[in-house]
Amino acid sequence: MDKSDISFFKDGLRLDGRRADQLRPIRIEVGVLARADGSCYIEMGGNKVIAAVYGPREVHPRHLQEVTRAIVRYRYNMASFSVEERKRPGPDRRSYELSKVSREALEPVIMTSYFPRSVIDVFVEVLQADAGTRTAGINAAAVALADAGIPMKSMISSCAAGKVADTIVLDPMKEEDNFGQADLPIAMTPGGDITLMQMDGGLSPDEFHQAVEMAMKGARDIYEMQRAALVEKYGKLEASTIEVKACE
Amino acid sequence: MSSVISEIRKDFIYNLLLKGERVDGRTFDQYREISIERDVIRKAEGSALVKLGSSQVLVGIKMQPGEPFQDTPNRGVIITNAELVPLASPNFEPGPPNEVGIELARVVDRGVRESKAVDLEALCIVPGKQVWIIFIDVHILDDCGNILDAASLGAIAALLSTKVPASRFGLGEDYMLPINDIPVATTAIEFSDVLMFDPGVDEESIANTKLTVITTAKGEICGMQKSGKGLLKPEQIYRIVDIACEKAREIREKFLEA
Repeated sequence: MDKSDISFFKDGLRLDGRRADQLRPIRIEVGVLARADGSCYIEMGGNKVIAAVYGPREVHPRHLQEVTRAIVRYRYNMASFSVEERKRPGPDRRSYELSKVSREALEPVIMTSYFPRSVIDVFVEVLQADAGTRTAGINAAAVALADAGIPMKSMISSCAAGKVADTIVLDPMKEEDNFGQADLPIAMTPGGDITLMQMDGGLSPDEFHQAVEMAMKGARDIYEMQRAALVEKYGKLEASTIEVKACE
Repeated sequence: MSSVISEIRKDFIYNLLLKGERVDGRTFDQYREISIERDVIRKAEGSALVKLGSSQVLVGIKMQPGEPFQDTPNRGVIITNAELVPLASPNFEPGPPNEVGIELARVVDRGVRESKAVDLEALCIVPGKQVWIIFIDVHILDDCGNILDAASLGAIAALLSTKVPASRFGLGEDYMLPINDIPVATTAIEFSDVLMFDPGVDEESIANTKLTVITTAKGEICGMQKSGKGLLKPEQIYRIVDIACEKAREIREKFLEA
């Protein structure tokens, strides 16, 4: 298919009926895995992503451990059936890169100095991909970290902006990503500190400003949803009233 | 790969077992609650999310045209792969599949293959040149025990919902994958002479031996696998097979037959 074959807008709306500055529907569920210390399932449009956090726990291999802080590991992995053309299982160059930038997006808010010589493992599995899997993964991972009780300075929220048919759009979907003119994923704290920024395609300085502002607004909206999902799970927890007697 | 379990927990399970009880209150041959959700992955040709108690397994089916094996020029090809991703358990590590993962994939494959569940002859496109290749990809999401049964269930449930993507490859209209049988795997562990079906993760870790029996809709056994370094007496095996057939029939009727 050629770029020119696609018309991205119809009556001012996008192919899936969204306005240019509108997010796809998002659903966030906290604590979906029994074995993990923390977990989160997120749907962002057609993306279905699940994140698990293990730790702080012992580091293997030992030589990776740091004396003054915990190390953070992040593994982004795509299920072979998550995309149209079957993906060969296991890591490729793309997933190595995404793992690195995603880890670096989260690490700044994790209080790693509380847990010297240990590791916090974050595992992200993309079960269904529909453009924006890294941002969905980071959003899920941040919630999973909170669910695991890892001390954090703040939440991290991630969202992309893109450019299609010379228009800046929020949260591009597959068609817009494949045939669009630019893609700009960011991650940030609710305070507006950016922890991830990538870009490909072509944007003028003005467009870039517009795209960053749009992506930041999207991330702020996502933050509210992450917060609501955590409050939903933890807001109604009450202190146990069972009396426990010490053994004599 | 064996998970750490405290001696106290082990004693606890053992003491319950002497009283004829299990940790979660089940009887020895009782399965945990099963749920199967189909077509959860839009990008896959077929898919199923299986929950067996708290264990969760996602199976996705992808299909594409490819070359047949030389000795079966008129038959489609099945390739089964399992990923024990580290998200699913503190004991799983990243990297290429280890022996546990390979065994799991092979036993799932055995059930589908040996039961002749898929009509492979119907998947020939050009004899000797082009046939359909079916990728069965098992993704373990949460290992709370007995992921093998969950994976096998997921595989057949996903196959039952699979649509051959013929139109995408210019080979006519899409059609449902022809399925001839519904194999079901059931697994029991042996611990101190007691047989327990559908073991939880703690029960698995104290068990000496595990036996998986795969049966067809006709009630025939189409695959078995003993796993673990313990011993099983013939009587124990016969007993497992008897119960396995019964359990498989129940599961098949309740969850897989339309």
